[in-house]
Amino acid sequence: MFEVRMHGRGGQGVVTAAELLSVAAFIDGHEAQAFPSFGSERMGAPVMSFCRIDDEAIRVREPVTSPDAVVVVDASLLHHVELFSGLAPHGYVLINSTRSLEELGIDELTERHEPDRLVTIDATEIAREFIGRPLPNVCLLGAFAALTGTVKLESIEAAVLDRFRASVADQNIQAARAAYTACQKVTHA
Amino acid sequence: MRRQIEGSRAIAETVARCRPGVVPAYPITPQTHIVEGVGAMIKDGTLAPCEYITVESEFAAMSAAIGASAAGARTYTATASQGLLYMAEALFNASGMGLPVVMTVANRAIGAPINIWNDQSDSMSMRDCGWIQLYAEDNQAAVGLHVVAFRLAEALSVPVMVCMDGFVLTHAFEPIEVPEQEQVDAYLPPYTPRQVLDPDEPVTIGAMVGPEAFTEVRYLAHHQMGRAIDLYPELADEYETVTGHALPMLTRYRVEGARTVVVVLGSVAGTVKDAVDELDDGTGVVTLALYRPFPALEVRAALAGAEHVIVLERAFAPGAGGIVAADIGQALAGLDIRVSTVVAGLGGRAVTISSVKKMLGEAKENRLPQLSFLDLRTDLIERELSRRDTTPHHKHPLHPQHLLRDAGAPGSRIG
Repeated sequence: MFEVRMHGRGGQGVVTAAELLSVAAFIDGHEAQAFPSFGSERMGAPVMSFCRIDDEAIRVREPVTSPDAVVVVDASLLHHVELFSGLAPHGYVLINSTRSLEELGIDELTERHEPDRLVTIDATEIAREFIGRPLPNVCLLGAFAALTGTVKLESIEAAVLDRFRASVADQNIQAARAAYTACQKVTHA
Repeated sequence: MRRQIEGSRAIAETVARCRPGVVPAYPITPQTHIVEGVGAMIKDGTLAPCEYITVESEFAAMSAAIGASAAGARTYTATASQGLLYMAEALFNASGMGLPVVMTVANRAIGAPINIWNDQSDSMSMRDCGWIQLYAEDNQAAVGLHVVAFRLAEALSVPVMVCMDGFVLTHAFEPIEVPEQEQVDAYLPPYTPRQVLDPDEPVTIGAMVGPEAFTEVRYLAHHQMGRAIDLYPELADEYETVTGHALPMLTRYRVEGARTVVVVLGSVAGTVKDAVDELDDGTGVVTLALYRPFPALEVRAALAGAEHVIVLERAFAPGAGGIVAADIGQALAGLDIRVSTVVAGLGGRAVTISSVKKMLGEAKENRLPQLSFLDLRTDLIERELSRRDTTPHHKHPLHPQHLLRDAGAPGSRIG
């Protein structure tokens, strides 16, 4: 089982991202489960969402406490929430930020985790460019596909097409592709 | 066809395929996505003919449902938590008048303190309002239970509540197969009401009954509801024939030869089954889908071989203890079986595999008390109790805010 935990703030599409990831994994032929851990829903409040991917039916419904990957949609949560709690040694970290791990003050992550699996990417800027609004969630899914290889980029695109009207979907797909390429460059540098 | 969709979406589509004629509903988290979905399908004509009635409260929602059902329409609504409590009086009227309304309860805690998260305090508080209660283990089961609920309700003239855990199921995306319209049509014929309010032939329903017959009216309602224990399996079998999905009234998991059996209702079943698999030490799980009427004989048969039955409950009776455990204790009367209650997952606290395993470990060492609370934060309890001991009583009201402060920043912990 591959378990993903996403952190962000209300309004950034954190829950939608986990849902889309589960749809993409399902399109890929896997079993998948996605669910939110809301506080009382309000813009700006810390929000978590979870996605599990497996080849057998998923029965467990507890929150993801030992993730194989953590996606941080909003880096301002870094020192307020235990973002990397339970992260597996081989785990992936994807952070939406203009800054490096060192600049974010979390370079100690490289001591416990494989450095080439820890990536920061400026998804908000990519989103601004392609969507015209700072909505980094789908964009991060593109980077996630490149970083972890657990889902196909085209499956994420299919999930996005199914969810949004064509013009919105198209902009998000462009952003996801750009992030996919950018992330490939970082991880294969 | 299996699709990766939200639980609420699947329920909305399923309900639409059951062709209700009237849906009076009032939104409340975490049920809202369901009635929004149904409402959208009425608006775009997918579900027609059907009237969606926007009402001013849950009391009005159930009152309108009673009126619609009495007038001969297949009637559906959904609610949760405070909304269900606000309906309370009307719930008893719906059952008392024998109106086959079907309602989803997206299980959520009850305030105060206000809490929007999942437990089963809401539907458990209404367990004796004369409605049949079904509990869904997962979203696939929730889909099937809704279709069967209409058959069951209309066959018996008893309303049915389909209880599904709020957020955990309603907001989960997972692979779900919603039966096709033709399948539902083959299974669920158009509603033929037993009684119809008709201005041309006026009748009164729900009229006064005095002491001379009230006991008999109640006895007959009890008797009528009890028929669901025999009818449910037949209807579930038929549903399985049409759709391929089994909907057992009671699920036995690794119960054969098990010394300890955990009894659960609802979506916690999956987590408990995974915990039991990891332990692999002769612990079984029984999941109850039909809770009202209570299938005592079937429960007794399923648990008769156990030494220790642990009822993991998502609600409890303050000042008394387990709710479901009391029913189970009655069902096991005369057998030498220990029954414990473990209250778990109140107000959205996650029930985890590791906590369940720890609890089962304590049970194995005979350290599990008759009533316990899973993952109870005794540090918080002790701090608050000691504060009360040292502060004059009148200056120290019961104050959840103390506990919140001691518990640390909300949202900073995982799980």
